[in-house]
Amino acid sequence: MSRSYTPGLKVLHKTLVQKTRLLPLKGKVQGTIGEQVSPDTIVASTNIPGNIKMLNIANTLNIEPDTIFDYMQVDIDEEIQKGQLIAESKGLFGFFKTQVFSPIDGTLGNVSDVTGQVILNEPPIPIEVDAYTSGKIIEVIPEEGVVVETEASLIQGILGVGGESRGLIKILVKSPDQEITEELLTEDCEDKIIVGGSYISHQVFEKAQKLNVSAIVVGGFHYKDINKILGYALGVAITGSENLKTSLILTEGFGKIAMAQRTFDLLKENEGEFVAVNGATQIRAGVIRPEVLVPKTSSDSITHSLDDEGQAISENSIVRVIRDPYFGLIGKVKSLPSKLIRVESETMVRVAEVEFEDGNVSVIPRANLEMILSD
Amino acid sequence: MAKILKSEDIKIILATDCGSTTTKAVLIQFVDGVYRLTHRGEAPTTVETPFEDVTKGVLNAITELEELSGRKILDDDKIISPVKENVGVDIYISTSSAGGGLQMMVGGVVKGMTGESATRAALGAGAIVMDVLASNDGRLYHEKVKRIRQLRPDMILLSGGVDGGTVPHVVELAEILETANPKPRLGINYKLPVIYAGNIDARDEISKRLSEKSDLTMVDNIRPTLDRENLQPSRDRIHDLFMEHVMAQAPGYKKLMSWTDAPIMPTPGAVGEIIQQIAKKESISVVGVDIGGATTDVFSVFQGQFNRTVSANLGMSYSVCNVLAEAGNENVLKWTPFEVDERELTNQIANKMIRPTTVPQSMKALKIEQAIAREALRLSFEQHKSFAVNLKGVQQERTISDAFEQTESGETLVDLMELDLIVGSGGVLSHAPRRQQAARMMIDAFLPEGITQIAVDSIFMMPQLGVLSTVHPKAAVEVFDKDCMVRLGTCIAPVGEIKNGKSMMTYKLEFQNGTIESGELLPGELILFPTPYAPLKAEFIPAKNFDVGKGKNQPVNTEIFGGEVGIILDGRGRRPFEIPKDSDSRMQKLLEWSKVTNEYPLTEDSK
Repeated sequence: MSRSYTPGLKVLHKTLVQKTRLLPLKGKVQGTIGEQVSPDTIVASTNIPGNIKMLNIANTLNIEPDTIFDYMQVDIDEEIQKGQLIAESKGLFGFFKTQVFSPIDGTLGNVSDVTGQVILNEPPIPIEVDAYTSGKIIEVIPEEGVVVETEASLIQGILGVGGESRGLIKILVKSPDQEITEELLTEDCEDKIIVGGSYISHQVFEKAQKLNVSAIVVGGFHYKDINKILGYALGVAITGSENLKTSLILTEGFGKIAMAQRTFDLLKENEGEFVAVNGATQIRAGVIRPEVLVPKTSSDSITHSLDDEGQAISENSIVRVIRDPYFGLIGKVKSLPSKLIRVESETMVRVAEVEFEDGNVSVIPRANLEMILSD
Repeated sequence: MAKILKSEDIKIILATDCGSTTTKAVLIQFVDGVYRLTHRGEAPTTVETPFEDVTKGVLNAITELEELSGRKILDDDKIISPVKENVGVDIYISTSSAGGGLQMMVGGVVKGMTGESATRAALGAGAIVMDVLASNDGRLYHEKVKRIRQLRPDMILLSGGVDGGTVPHVVELAEILETANPKPRLGINYKLPVIYAGNIDARDEISKRLSEKSDLTMVDNIRPTLDRENLQPSRDRIHDLFMEHVMAQAPGYKKLMSWTDAPIMPTPGAVGEIIQQIAKKESISVVGVDIGGATTDVFSVFQGQFNRTVSANLGMSYSVCNVLAEAGNENVLKWTPFEVDERELTNQIANKMIRPTTVPQSMKALKIEQAIAREALRLSFEQHKSFAVNLKGVQQERTISDAFEQTESGETLVDLMELDLIVGSGGVLSHAPRRQQAARMMIDAFLPEGITQIAVDSIFMMPQLGVLSTVHPKAAVEVFDKDCMVRLGTCIAPVGEIKNGKSMMTYKLEFQNGTIESGELLPGELILFPTPYAPLKAEFIPAKNFDVGKGKNQPVNTEIFGGEVGIILDGRGRRPFEIPKDSDSRMQKLLEWSKVTNEYPLTEDSK
């Protein structure tokens, strides 16, 4: 039987998820293997260098840069207090000395005998990495972080903006093709992960931000509106570091597109549950998809694990069309002819014959199909 | 890596090119005394989860090749090599551009001088320049430190000072880097590569400050004197480090390296090899373009000098929205021969960005894709023109006054009137359903002047042939001539000031079958004479103050070549080339040009 490999998005009731939680710089790992963690558990921490201040001591003291060490009153890496004397000229017979005092608390970072400049470091800024989800630590990466494993429902989106967020799921719409409108957003959406159907407008998104909604999961959004909320044009799909009060995860793409029924149903099934979401996306090498993760503690067995075989489109695969003119439709693969076929654009491509939910059958380029990896 | 056979024993060659979107495989066989391309297959590049292994896409493409050729090449996910009876291949080679872009910061003492030279070196090597640090960039010391920490580049190129010039300013830049102590974007366990290409007298001081905190290497000064620029050593080192650090991050790349019989070549490097061979063999000026999913590479050979630029964020899928952002909606919309809602257009283009491997199924989607391709090509060519400046070898002579006026630094080598041949490659050109579409996209984007031949890489195999030329030049040349390069025809575009719809030139073409076509080319007109790739006599007499290649008012009697498209007379004007502004006239003109050149099916005109 003919097969075609294709990328797909996961919509899974229960799967084993591993999350690698790494520090941006080397630091200290707090977690231990086997430890049960909650989303807020700090698993690793480090200090990033503090801001710096630069003083041109050679100029201030009116000396040659290469003699600067003769005038310094503190050593490199020594702690200093605001107002402390750090350099002093010799003066005339011990009088009329010029003195330089530290403008900050911190350490003396560097002294340059070429430029005559001195660098003062403010105290380091501590940063912490939490577990993101409840689960068990299964691996410790020394000085870098941990791997947390959990059983969870997993819903991947196609593109997100904004970073990690948490909250209770609240479904705002009755069906996956309904838009999120202004009146649906009420004050009880605060700190929630709200789920809509096909679309949310820029105006409604702004209201959600005002209401401190944690994140929005929705089928589509206009590309131009993404640029408005970011303040710049999104040129490549590499996101996650945006400083947004409300993260946004699109499950289908740009425009008004009904959320896939299975995605909607799974989110609805988990209404009221505490979930972790991450808008970070990278559509390049080492792809990262935005996600909604619902940790599961029940004793149900894992319903799905993924292997390569599951990624191949074959006859009877359930697929979604991901390009016009059938964008968003879901159907079942009837056949995968091996010959190249000429489609309307006159492009010769390998195709699949797909039967849609309404019974119609169309020929679609295989490249325009996405597996729905559902269980 | 298997043992390399003697050249004459190589009869069956497998070559792949792993692009950021698609992996292409070709099978070359020695048939009836010559090497010919016999089959090709392709599959999406598999850098995404769950595969995260570039070799999966390679195997998928080879599997398609097996299905189409009936030849067994794989044995349980291993390439059978060398040939055993009727299975396997003699050698396997590959190129790759997967792995994403190279993000760099550059530094120089004076932003408009060494800073600009460093920028040019980095861009020429294929990097995205995230920021230019300079002593005079107006930012305070701590602001620069903060910026470096925020950006986390893949690599830093530090220049500054002519040899024997300022040391303190260069050292200050190094101290900024030392203080920032930046970590590379990819991988926590290796030191950030820093290339120092500045004042040779500052090397010891630079080394003291950066050798422990970074992976520091020194190359020749990028600006040894004010009037000399020496970019190549920096570019070469950037390229090496790119292969060592950035490409090696592409999942599965190391496995792929173990399969091939020759080192994997970066795609732009391989295409550059082929472009240089064409220019050398025919003694002509050439512009080559390879438009990919994430990047567009432009190559040129003018006055015997080869130049390459990589527009790292101008591509047809991963970075298609960047093309939209840089070109502006109005510039893309001006090429669509139908009314399209701006919001719908931007959504469609953005959906291509997030689903980069899709193909246009409808005619309307194809037209939008080809509209944006014109802009991607135009922008990339603009970048190329500003960076392909008249460097003579490694020494570009400039006067001191030129050096102080860096906004127009160096005179571009790209002379469109001198240009003999444009060769296009990349999915949107090579796979255009009609060759006329490829010809039109290249003419509209590059706006060639005078007489210029247009060709396209038939099935986007220049990268594979580039690397093959390093292993088996004979096979590469034979396949290139017979199966790769498709001559589309010749474009003739007079240059001059258009006045009141008056004729731009008269023409007379004597075809091989004896027929003669003659007439006048009027402003705004495109005329196509379909005729195959064969020489034909041509006479062009420009109107007053027009130039068709030999200077103003000079008639041209020459031999030109047709091709799969034919001879295109382009009276749409140059310097400037303008499309009517009002919507109705614009669409009418676009439809007229489409119809004349047989670009799209007529029944689709209203779409």
